[in-house]
Amino acid sequence: MRRWRLRLVFFAALLLIWEGLALAGIWPSYVFPSPVEVISRLVHGFADGSYLIAIATSMKRILLGYGISLAIGIPLGLLLGRTRVLEETLGTIVLGLQALPSICWLPLALLWFHLSETAIIFVVVMGAVLSITLSTADGVRNTPPLYLRAARTMGARGLRLYGGVVLPAALPAILSGMKLGWSFAWRSLMAAELLYVSLGLGQVLTMGRELNDMAQLIAVMLVIITIGLIADYAFFQPLQARVRERWGLQGAA
Amino acid sequence: MKLELRSVSLTFHSARGPTPALRGMEFSVAPGEFVCLFGPSGCGKSTCLNLIAGLERPDSGEVLIDGKPVTGPGRDRVLIFQEAALFPWLNVRDNVAFGLAARGVWRSKRLRITREYLQMVHLEKFERSYPHELSGGMKQRVALARALALDPDVLLMDEPFGALDALTREQLHLELQTLWAETGKTIVFVTHNAREALVLGNRVLLFTVAPGSIKSVFTCDLPRPRHIDDHGLIESSQGILSELREEVRIAQEEARREKMAP
Repeated sequence: MRRWRLRLVFFAALLLIWEGLALAGIWPSYVFPSPVEVISRLVHGFADGSYLIAIATSMKRILLGYGISLAIGIPLGLLLGRTRVLEETLGTIVLGLQALPSICWLPLALLWFHLSETAIIFVVVMGAVLSITLSTADGVRNTPPLYLRAARTMGARGLRLYGGVVLPAALPAILSGMKLGWSFAWRSLMAAELLYVSLGLGQVLTMGRELNDMAQLIAVMLVIITIGLIADYAFFQPLQARVRERWGLQGAA
Repeated sequence: MKLELRSVSLTFHSARGPTPALRGMEFSVAPGEFVCLFGPSGCGKSTCLNLIAGLERPDSGEVLIDGKPVTGPGRDRVLIFQEAALFPWLNVRDNVAFGLAARGVWRSKRLRITREYLQMVHLEKFERSYPHELSGGMKQRVALARALALDPDVLLMDEPFGALDALTREQLHLELQTLWAETGKTIVFVTHNAREALVLGNRVLLFTVAPGSIKSVFTCDLPRPRHIDDHGLIESSQGILSELREEVRIAQEEARREKMAP
């Protein structure tokens, strides 16, 4: 409770200082808009539906791109974590590519897929899929040997050993890979949308810059932050907390 | 003989070089016998269990069960570990049913058997609990039920009560003796506690320091159920312990002499 009160006071003070600075008129409003302007732009943007369209467009892309990343990354990670040969060949490529910021794929994607939806989705997938793959492979590799021995002494082999023990044992690692993958996907999407006409949230940002509309920029940035936080707090964190508790990874003896 | 190890040798290889674990290990266990393996730490007791369980293979020599060589894990043997090794993502009931499912037992039969063995270890009320909600003793009981549900001829127990408090351990000693008497299973039990070995075993095999072989065999025919504080038991344990100390002393002297001589 004390923490929340502290935060409330802090943000209220921040808003006041901001408003004060804006009112002082040191900078023109296209450089430093007041919070009131930003809020009115937010209300306006939602009221005329333009933000909603942008959000819907971006969400559609990220869900598709992220879905593809999961569909590729998790099976690939399961294979890499279990097969020595694959890990030492394909695995090194995955590790190497992870050093490449995903937006660097955009020029390539534009040549391959032209100015299309596919190009954006491709960048999102390249942003998310590698970390999902690597975390999954890590989780599989780190299956506690004790679980494997226990399962084997009870007669589990092959698919049952894999599906019944290796996979669930890797689930906490897979989940943290999914969380990381989501935030990479989100960043990649915004970067890709910024760079050309795309109707998504990124384009609304670009338009704000072209119209010298700083209030618009800040309003959309707030929207982007909020969506990121919602995904984290409403989905990934509770899910991770539940799995960690169940898997006995925290607190419980 | 139910179980036989014939001049079994095994060396582990790691980055630091080879570590001989067993050298010419020989012993056998009769059907329905309760044998305890006892010795200094790192002497290869657990390795023997892993060999019998089929989780390791010997470099040379033979591991026989009912006269046939062991080639891998089998329906007739189950290993129980010091850590209960329950799967944290399954509740108690599904943990106990895991091995049955792996063996293709039908769901309804699985449920019936699971319930039966959970009752046997007095945990039928906890069938929907998850491992992290149980105490150490309860977890080990579940592990016991999980192993027994498979109805193996041979139970291999690797210091299963080593991490438990004294009171829980005493209780489990009693329960295990009752269970053994009722089911007539063959049990091989590894421990580093001389009194525990005498409470449980008909015979106690004292291991040499690594690479392990059998130094001597003690028979214990005190009346059951035995308790860890029984008078006769404490006396016998003195005999075993003094022989163990002697063994460790000789080994240390040998090691020193080897270091001195170039």
